[in-house]
Amino acid sequence: MAYVPLADQELELHHPHSWVTKYVWSQDHKVIAIQYGGTAIAVGLVALVLSLFMRMQLGFPETFDLIDPNSYYQSVTMHGMIMVIYLLTALFLGGFGNYLIPLMCGARDMVFPFMNMLSYWVYLVSVIILLASFFVSGGPTGAGWTLYPPQTSMAGTPGHDMGIVLMLVSLAVFIVAFTMGGLNYVVTVLQYRCRGLTMMRLPLAVWGIFVATVLGLFAFPALLVAAIMMLFDTLIGTSFFMPAVIESGAALDYDGGSPILFQHLFWFFGHPEVYIVALPAFGLVSDVLSTHARKNIFGYRMMVWAIIAIGLLSFIVWAHHMYVSGMHPYFGFFFATTTLIIAVPTALKVYNWVLTLWEGDIRMNAPMYFAIGFIFTFIHGGLTGLFLGNVVIDLPLSDTYFVVAHFHMVMGVSPILVLFAALYHWFPKMSGRMYHEGMAKLHFWCTFLGTYAIYLPMHYLGIHGVPRRYYALGTTEFMAPATQDANTAITIAALFVGASQLLFFINVIWSLRYGEKSGPNPWGANSLEWQTPDTPPIHGNWGDSLPTVYRWAYDYSVPGAHEDFIPQNTPESEEPTVDEEHFDPDHDVSKADL
Amino acid sequence: MSEAAATSVAPADGVSGLVDDWTADKQAYHVPWGKAMMWIFLVSDTFIFTCFLTGYLNVRMTTTQPWPPQSDIFALSFGGSEPIPLILIAIMTFVLITSSGTMALAVNYGYRRDKTKTIWLIIATALFGATFVGMQAFEWTKLIVDEGVRPWGNPFGAPQFGSVFFMVTGFHGLHVSAGVIYLLWVARRIWAGYYDKKGFEIVEIAGLYWHFVDLVWVFIFAFFYLL
Repeated sequence: MAYVPLADQELELHHPHSWVTKYVWSQDHKVIAIQYGGTAIAVGLVALVLSLFMRMQLGFPETFDLIDPNSYYQSVTMHGMIMVIYLLTALFLGGFGNYLIPLMCGARDMVFPFMNMLSYWVYLVSVIILLASFFVSGGPTGAGWTLYPPQTSMAGTPGHDMGIVLMLVSLAVFIVAFTMGGLNYVVTVLQYRCRGLTMMRLPLAVWGIFVATVLGLFAFPALLVAAIMMLFDTLIGTSFFMPAVIESGAALDYDGGSPILFQHLFWFFGHPEVYIVALPAFGLVSDVLSTHARKNIFGYRMMVWAIIAIGLLSFIVWAHHMYVSGMHPYFGFFFATTTLIIAVPTALKVYNWVLTLWEGDIRMNAPMYFAIGFIFTFIHGGLTGLFLGNVVIDLPLSDTYFVVAHFHMVMGVSPILVLFAALYHWFPKMSGRMYHEGMAKLHFWCTFLGTYAIYLPMHYLGIHGVPRRYYALGTTEFMAPATQDANTAITIAALFVGASQLLFFINVIWSLRYGEKSGPNPWGANSLEWQTPDTPPIHGNWGDSLPTVYRWAYDYSVPGAHEDFIPQNTPESEEPTVDEEHFDPDHDVSKADL
Repeated sequence: MSEAAATSVAPADGVSGLVDDWTADKQAYHVPWGKAMMWIFLVSDTFIFTCFLTGYLNVRMTTTQPWPPQSDIFALSFGGSEPIPLILIAIMTFVLITSSGTMALAVNYGYRRDKTKTIWLIIATALFGATFVGMQAFEWTKLIVDEGVRPWGNPFGAPQFGSVFFMVTGFHGLHVSAGVIYLLWVARRIWAGYYDKKGFEIVEIAGLYWHFVDLVWVFIFAFFYLL
């Protein structure tokens, strides 16, 4: 049988016949994306409230009866796990991955829409299992988001019976959901691009999501195995991770397991997970910056290679989370070296973002505010990462607020700023209406300044030696009395930032009703999703015929062009091209036209 | 497709030529998407089994008690003869490897569009797989009932022996069982004529999964039973 490339085959679209198949059991990637996004944001709000509980306890100790040591640790654990996995991973890959990949690749849908739909529903099950742990006896697990054994299963830890079981089951179910979705994203990018769309012409958003998904497919297995082994330890009394332990004077039925093995498995997943969150953020922010600066992204090929290099390196740095667990000094040397090497491609990306802004015709729209804010917070969090990557500097700083401040800056605040940049940027495409610009900018300033007010003082607390994960600090010799004042100030800022997120929800609800009609391409953007015949795009995306791509996604402000942008599907005969593949430094297009 | 790509990019030499080629428009691999997806899934699954086996080697080092002698435990005697070490595992391995042979034949006949032979070879493969799972059930029963091995302890030494055994062979057994169901489902769809127009790549895709499960067994055999 003659072989027909996939992009030329007619896809059998599963056209919906009723409201239920259109909006509930939908196989349309855009509906699935919004389902993923809505669920992730909803569960993220739970995690936000939990973090405010923690902050209220730390800022005003002995004030709230609601928060006892157990519920404090449960809040810490659930806040961390929900934010990292159920919000950020799900929203970047399940939400933006689903929405943007087929549109930016010029495809009608994912390659396997049915499995894509299953992915969402299995994800929803994992969220329900996770939230169910709030209602079982003993409550959710309070082992900290890293779930280190043996303390996860010891009687002193809240949720050591049902809470931890539900957490592990929920993680396993999430991994199944992620695998089903992730296979779709990867294969769609590899096999389903439209005519003319080479991978080196893909928008960086797709590159970031693609590499992050590959990381996820190879990193989540380690977490799955760790979860299965720990479930067996908890439920049927095996000793994979449990050494011989004495609890309240009595020896437990465990013997000979290795707690360090869990840490290795967890961080073999856990470190790539940082980049599963960061790489889509890098990609999305590159597109937002380039579009609103009306300038091509600086060093496109370098940006792609940097994403790939970061992805590869992220698999060989995991033990830098374990310097204090005890390891051979040469291993510490190896992992410190690889960790610092990651700074090279990462710094390259930061330089390229800044150089993209250089002499650009910058439009200060709300997405651009968030994108530029991201550059600040990311440089900030990245630099403290260099501190912590070194063994000797990490040892005194380990388990202090410096670490909390570092990872919240680099993988909390930074990706969240990109999420808001992306949500505001693509909102007109998803809804067909513009958001309220003033409210969005107010939201930016509250979030950006507010998060600095939270995390900047935390660095000082950490250098001062204030330990993380403590329910109450009490009075100690080494902590200055001002520690409590700083904590109170941080809490006030956190409550302010938490409340200011309402602006986003008010904005979305208001704009869906009263926002101006946006038209198909309000930003004058080049990538394919802005060129759809309908806004918001309908099922099948492209009407009768698929688009053909003639150029990269970054032809902004090309000399001699009719407008300051040239969509990717504009033929070379109509507009000049200067994409990197065609770039000829001796040929000046503007002079030729004059 | 007869028409060339809509670009005028000339292929470059060396590394950048390789990159251009691999990232060329439409698709990276000239295979149906299902096959690409199965390959990527199998790489992901490889990571799962690698983590299992690494975890096993690790707890075998950390446990304080001696590791039980596998060749004595997995020995079987026939009609009062001397126990033959690992004989059951040898037969199980032989059965599974044989099933890979019938699977490969099924793929071949699938591409020749010989539906009857394809279906029967797939069914034979599934039967070999089911035999394997049945023998595994026999092995588990013998270990649990006769030898007193439990996931949390056993009379021979390190409790991790039972934990790892039930977890790793159980996880592999689930893969084989899922494979049997998958193969029968494919056979039924071939019989119903579902692939007559689409082509028979599905047999090869299912075959990839089946060969993978066999290959994993070889590693489990080597690492758990022989080492």
